[in-house]
Amino acid sequence: MPNYRNIKEKLIELLLSTASITALLILIGIFVFLFITGIRTFTEISPTEFFLGNEWNPTAYGEPKWGILSLVIGTIIVTFGSLVIAIPLGIASAVYLSEIAKPKIRETIKPVIEMIAGIPSVVLGLIGILFLSPLIAKIFGLSSGLNAFTSSIIVGVMVLPTIISISEDVLTSLPNEFRESSLALGATKWQMIRMTLLPAALSGIVAAIMLGLGRAVGETMGVLMVAGNSRAMPISFFDPIRPMTANIAIEIKEVVKGSLHYEALFAIGLVLFVMTFVVNFISDIIIEKQVRKYKW
Amino acid sequence: MQEEIKIEFKDTNFWYNSKQILVGINLKIYSNKITALIGPSGCGKSTLLRCINRMNDLIPISKIDGKLLYNNENIYEKDTDVIELRKEIGMVFQKPNPFPMSIFDNVAYGLRIQNMKDKNKIKQIVKESLEKADLWDEVKDRLNLSAFRLSGGQQQRLCIARSLAINPEVVLLDEPCSALDPLATAKIESLLRKLKNERTIIIVTHNMHQAKRISDYTCYLLNGKVIEYSGTAEMFDNPKNKLTKDYINGEFG
Ligand SMILES: Nc1ncnc2c1ncn2[C@@H]1O[C@H](COP(=O)(O)OP(=O)(O)OP(=O)(O)O)[C@@H](O)[C@H]1O
Ligand SMILES: [Mg+2]
Repeated sequence: MPNYRNIKEKLIELLLSTASITALLILIGIFVFLFITGIRTFTEISPTEFFLGNEWNPTAYGEPKWGILSLVIGTIIVTFGSLVIAIPLGIASAVYLSEIAKPKIRETIKPVIEMIAGIPSVVLGLIGILFLSPLIAKIFGLSSGLNAFTSSIIVGVMVLPTIISISEDVLTSLPNEFRESSLALGATKWQMIRMTLLPAALSGIVAAIMLGLGRAVGETMGVLMVAGNSRAMPISFFDPIRPMTANIAIEIKEVVKGSLHYEALFAIGLVLFVMTFVVNFISDIIIEKQVRKYKW
Repeated sequence: MQEEIKIEFKDTNFWYNSKQILVGINLKIYSNKITALIGPSGCGKSTLLRCINRMNDLIPISKIDGKLLYNNENIYEKDTDVIELRKEIGMVFQKPNPFPMSIFDNVAYGLRIQNMKDKNKIKQIVKESLEKADLWDEVKDRLNLSAFRLSGGQQQRLCIARSLAINPEVVLLDEPCSALDPLATAKIESLLRKLKNERTIIIVTHNMHQAKRISDYTCYLLNGKVIEYSGTAEMFDNPKNKLTKDYINGEFG
């Protein structure tokens, strides 16, 4: 008699492995496409000009400029600014939810935070344009509130749920023994959090931050709407900026397919891809380590 | 000789929600003695132990009434300093539960909580505590190793060292050997015998032999009530209550 259970298991196995191999192939395909299209840029533009030139103006008459430095800096500023906002807020909320809030309050707040993660970025962008940027302009006496600061807030709000929910998961998953033995030694609740829980959860929290960072680097719509999109090299937090993502989104619709400009946008995409890939890769390793640390 | 009373339960009742766990407990725990708490699973041994350092406070559904005197003062007064109390009444748990830190940092934890800054003093106390816990010789060359790398028995002795470091007057142990092999258990028992010269020890155990071997007094708890409480030798040789007799014989048999 044939062993049907065995066959069924084999089939399920095959299906699952096909699915994951497909996903892997798609990822590789995207990378290859980006790479082949993007790399052609460097047959005409030197990498030095591309990476270190601080003027980006591919459509300038006569002498187009191909430096992405100001765009990269725009991305870095928004990422940095958003994390400065989201890290302390995120960790504080996670600690509150996991260690201080009563179960009822936690059950109410958690879904709300997860809903924030579900708000389309275009909606946050709208709120940024209509409410936040006039407010910021007023508070700081600026002619326009569309700048790096406003974008940092918007992106900060976007990455906040990621940081909160992963950090909270990591904290809640810590064995209760850590809490009890700390308190039994006469620790206050705050000492227990600071001296036991946060160090124990550190790598997981770092991973949460890295995931948030990956999201901030790749965020497009929200920043496109509130960043001001000036190509000039930003000097302060209140300057308008144009992150790499926004630049691609703005220009891709005007370029001729196959032109140098088109290829250069793909090269920017390639740089972005590498940035987020590295960030995600590192955070995966950290999470993996964190999970293994407490299997005892 | 008149024994000095360290801890005294006076008509103590304890509830989880509406379920009464401890019923009218009257119990005197003597200084510099080892008192064993025995009784079947679920009878309230851990609960009784955790009343003494107020760990049950952490469970919102818990409720206690009656008095619990420590050094002749009721520790369930409104103005009791629970943090201070827990520094004087240390606890060792059933499962060895070191912090995810180095061996050294584990023992130094309680000192750092108390804001001790003097590095040499911390080193000194860590060494002394590990010595008292009979662990120093085994770990002195690798104090920076993660505590998780130690064996179960070593981890449990580390937890004892950790609680000794802040020099508690009382040490509560909740089945400290239940996860350990006989050799590791023997080590901990001999260590407890040494410790009682300076401290009051209360130990929950499921192991009748262990209670008989190490304790001076034994308390038999059943359904949240003290059934019998007397000197250990007396209790095991000549139990007064039939329930105690049945339990002891059953567990020995
Ligand atoms: N956090 C809690 N919430 C509600 N009930 C609890 C809680 N902890 C313990 N109980 C109940 O209280 C009773 C006594 O529990 P306790 O842990 O004190 O027993 P024990 O004598 O230590 O048992 P064991 O020998 O199995 O450790 C049990 O019926 C248990 O179900
Ligand atoms: Mg118990």
